[in-house]
Amino acid sequence: MKKRQKSISYAKWGYYFILPFFLCYFIFSLIPLVDTVRYSFFEYYRSGIKEIGPTFIGLDNYVSLLESDMLRYGANTLILWVIGFIPQIGIALLLAVWFTDIRLKIHGKQFFKVVIYLPNLIMASAFAMLFFTMFSTNGPVNSILMSMGVIKEKIDFMGSTFGTRSLVGFMNFLMWFGNTTIMLMAAIMGISVDVFEAAEIDGCRGIKRFWYIILPLIRPILAYTLITAIIGGLQMFDVPQILTNGQGAPDRTSMTLIMFLNSHLKSKNYGMAGALSVYLFIVSGILCFIVYRMTNRNDSDEAKTAAKRRAREERRRRK
Amino acid sequence: MKKRVIAVLLAAGMCVSALAGCGNSSKPDGAGEEGKVINVYCWNNEFSDRVNAIYPEVKEVSEDGTVTILNDGTEIHWIINPNQDGVYQQKLDEALLNQASAAADDKIDIFLSETDYVNKYTDAEADVAMPLADLGINPDTDLKDQYGFTRTTASDMNGVQRGSTWQCCPGLLVYRRDIAKDVFGTDDPAVIGEKVKDWDTIKVTAEELKAKGYYTFASYADTFRLYGNSISDSWVKQGETTINVDKKIIDWINDSKEWLDAGYLNKTVKGQWNDDWNKSMGSDSKVFAFLLPAWGIDFVLKPNWDGDEGIWAVTNPPQEYNWGGSYIHACTGTDNPEHVKDIILAMTATEDNLLKISKDYSDFTNTTNGMKKATTDASFASAFLGGQNPFVYFAPVAENIKIAPLSAYDQGCVELIQNAFSDYFQGKVDYDKAKTNFETAIKERYPDITEINWQDQME
Repeated sequence: MKKRQKSISYAKWGYYFILPFFLCYFIFSLIPLVDTVRYSFFEYYRSGIKEIGPTFIGLDNYVSLLESDMLRYGANTLILWVIGFIPQIGIALLLAVWFTDIRLKIHGKQFFKVVIYLPNLIMASAFAMLFFTMFSTNGPVNSILMSMGVIKEKIDFMGSTFGTRSLVGFMNFLMWFGNTTIMLMAAIMGISVDVFEAAEIDGCRGIKRFWYIILPLIRPILAYTLITAIIGGLQMFDVPQILTNGQGAPDRTSMTLIMFLNSHLKSKNYGMAGALSVYLFIVSGILCFIVYRMTNRNDSDEAKTAAKRRAREERRRRK
Repeated sequence: MKKRVIAVLLAAGMCVSALAGCGNSSKPDGAGEEGKVINVYCWNNEFSDRVNAIYPEVKEVSEDGTVTILNDGTEIHWIINPNQDGVYQQKLDEALLNQASAAADDKIDIFLSETDYVNKYTDAEADVAMPLADLGINPDTDLKDQYGFTRTTASDMNGVQRGSTWQCCPGLLVYRRDIAKDVFGTDDPAVIGEKVKDWDTIKVTAEELKAKGYYTFASYADTFRLYGNSISDSWVKQGETTINVDKKIIDWINDSKEWLDAGYLNKTVKGQWNDDWNKSMGSDSKVFAFLLPAWGIDFVLKPNWDGDEGIWAVTNPPQEYNWGGSYIHACTGTDNPEHVKDIILAMTATEDNLLKISKDYSDFTNTTNGMKKATTDASFASAFLGGQNPFVYFAPVAENIKIAPLSAYDQGCVELIQNAFSDYFQGKVDYDKAKTNFETAIKERYPDITEINWQDQME
C-alpha cells in the first residue's frame, strides 16, 4: 500500500501556475532586453535591403548620441511633461480635497469621478488624432472662435512651438488628472476622521486644514504620484508623435526622447537605438531607486521622528 | 489533478495551433516542375483586382479574395501589407532575407514596388528582382510598346530591366471650371492650358487669381514632384554616401517661399495628405488647381469633392512630370518562372488587357499605341471632368516625361526635405537652420549617409 501523505502541499501548484509567465518573460522580454544592451555596442543597421554589421564598435554609439541633439530632446521631454504635470497635480489636489470634504456635500460624486477618469480610457493616439483635427487651421476650434468674433484671423496652433507644446501638455493633463485625483482621494480618505475632527475643534479649517493636515499626511502618495509621472513622462511618445506626424514640428521643438528613438528604428538602426535605450534605462533606474527608497522607508510620514522629538521634549521637561 | 494538467495542455495546444495557422505547409514540388503556389507581395488589392479581372488564366477567386485559382490548378496567394509607415517594405524585406531558406511554395514569386522605392529592389548588387531577360522576356521586343521612362525606372544601374508596370502616371493640372470662368471668363482647357504652360506664365496667372481672392495651388508640396522629377543627378550616386541636394530642389525651396509669401498658395495647408489638404479640394475652397496623375483624380480628388460632377477639368501642367507607379518584379528564387513570365506579359505588355484596365479603372496604362487610340475614343470621356477625355492631355505628357535618376534613398529624401523646409516656409526657422534640420533627420533615417552636399553655393 502507498504511504499516506501526511499533508498535501498546494504550494507547488502556485509555481506551476506562474511558470508560463516566467517562460514568456524570459523569451519575449529578458532575451530581447539583453540583446538591446549587446547591440548598443555594435554598428548594426540596414541600408536598403542590405544589412550592415553587426560590427563591434565599443562605445561609439554612446559618444555619437551625446554629440547629437539628445540632450535637447531630453529638455523637450521635460518641458512637455512640466506643462502637463503642474496643472494636473494642482487640479487633482483641489478636486480630491473637495470630493472628500464631507461638509461640502457634493451631489453625484460617483458620476463626476467617472467623468474625470473618462479621457484616460481613450487611446492616446486616438485622443491626439482628435486634437489634431480640432485644432488644425481649418478645424472646428478656429471656426468657432471666428464665428464668435474672438479672433479675426485663423490661429495656426500647431505652427508655433508654444501652441504645439501647450496642446501636448493640455492633452496629457486631460488624460491623467482623473487618475491622479482618484489616487489622491484614496490617500485623503485613508486619513483618520479623528484627525480631521480634532483639527476642526482646534479651529483648523479651509486652507489651513489643507496645508497642515492633508498635505503632510498624503506626502508618501504624492511622492509616488510624482515619480510615476516622471517615468511616464520620460516615455512620452504617442501624443506628440501623432500630433506632429512624428516630426516634432516646428523645428524639432516637440521631439521627445522616445520619438528620437523611434526615428532610429525606422532605419532599423539597432545599435544606436540600443544605446539610447540604455541611457533611458539608466535614468529610469535612478528614478526607480528614489521611489523605492521613498516607499520603503519605514518612517514614511515622519511619525517616528515626531515621536522621538516628543519623547526628547518630554525628558527635557521632566528634568 | 490530471484534469487540470489536461486543461493546461489543451489551452497550450490551442495557442500553438492558432500560431501555426500563420504558416502554410504544402508538399515540396518535383524538380523542374512549376510550384503549386505563386506568392505575391503587394500593399493593397489594386493589383489583385486587375489580375482577377484581366488575366485570362484565372479560373476562380476564393470568397475572401486572398487566393486566386488558375486554370491549371496553381494558386496565387495574395500577401497584402499596408504601405503606411513602411510596413509593406518591412515585411517584404524580412521575407526577402529568408527567401533562400524558405520552402519552395513559401518563396516569394512576385512582389510589387512603387516608384519611390523601386530602386531599392532593382539594385544589381542586392539582386532580389530577377532581370526580365532571365525569365525569357526580351524587353526590347516584348515591351517595346511601353513608355520608355517606365522601362528606365525599373532598370538597375547597368540598364538591365528588372521589373515592368501596367500603369504610367503622367500628371496634369486639374482645375475648377467655376473659378476659371470667374477669373478668366472661360473654362476652355486649351485657353487655360496656355495660361499655365510654363513657370513664368503661371506666375502671371497666379497674380490674376490672387486679385480675385483665389489660390493657384493648395500647398507648396503640390509642386514638388514637378521639380523633384527633373533633378539632373540622383540624390545619392551609386556607391557613394553623400546626398546631393540638386539645384532643382533648391529652386523648389526658393520658388515655394516666394509663392507662399506672395499669397499664391494657401498658407493654412501644410503639405499633402492631411485634413486641410483634403478640405482644400472641397467646394468651399478657394484653390484653383491641383497637380495630379490619373490615380490622383480618381482616388484623391473625387472622394474629397462635395459639389456637382463636371466642375473639374484637366489641362497641361507647367512641366511634364510623373507621380507614382507600381512595378511588378519577379523575385529571385521563384519556383514558378513560367507563370510569372506569363503574368507579367499579360498584365503589362498586352494592349487589349491594358486598354480594358484603362476603361474599367480609369488608369493611364503603359501602352503607347493603346493610349493613342484612347485619345480619339469618346468612350474614354469622364463625367467627373464634365465629359472631357483626359487621355487627350495625359498621352502627350507621358511621351515627354524624363524620369529623374533614382536612388535607393529617394523616399526618405523626398519626405524629409519637405518636412524640414516646411518650417522655413512658415517662417519658423531660417534657411540655414532648415538645412541643418534636414541633415539631422536624413542621417537618422539613413545611418550610412556621411555628408550632405547643397548645390546652392554657386549663387
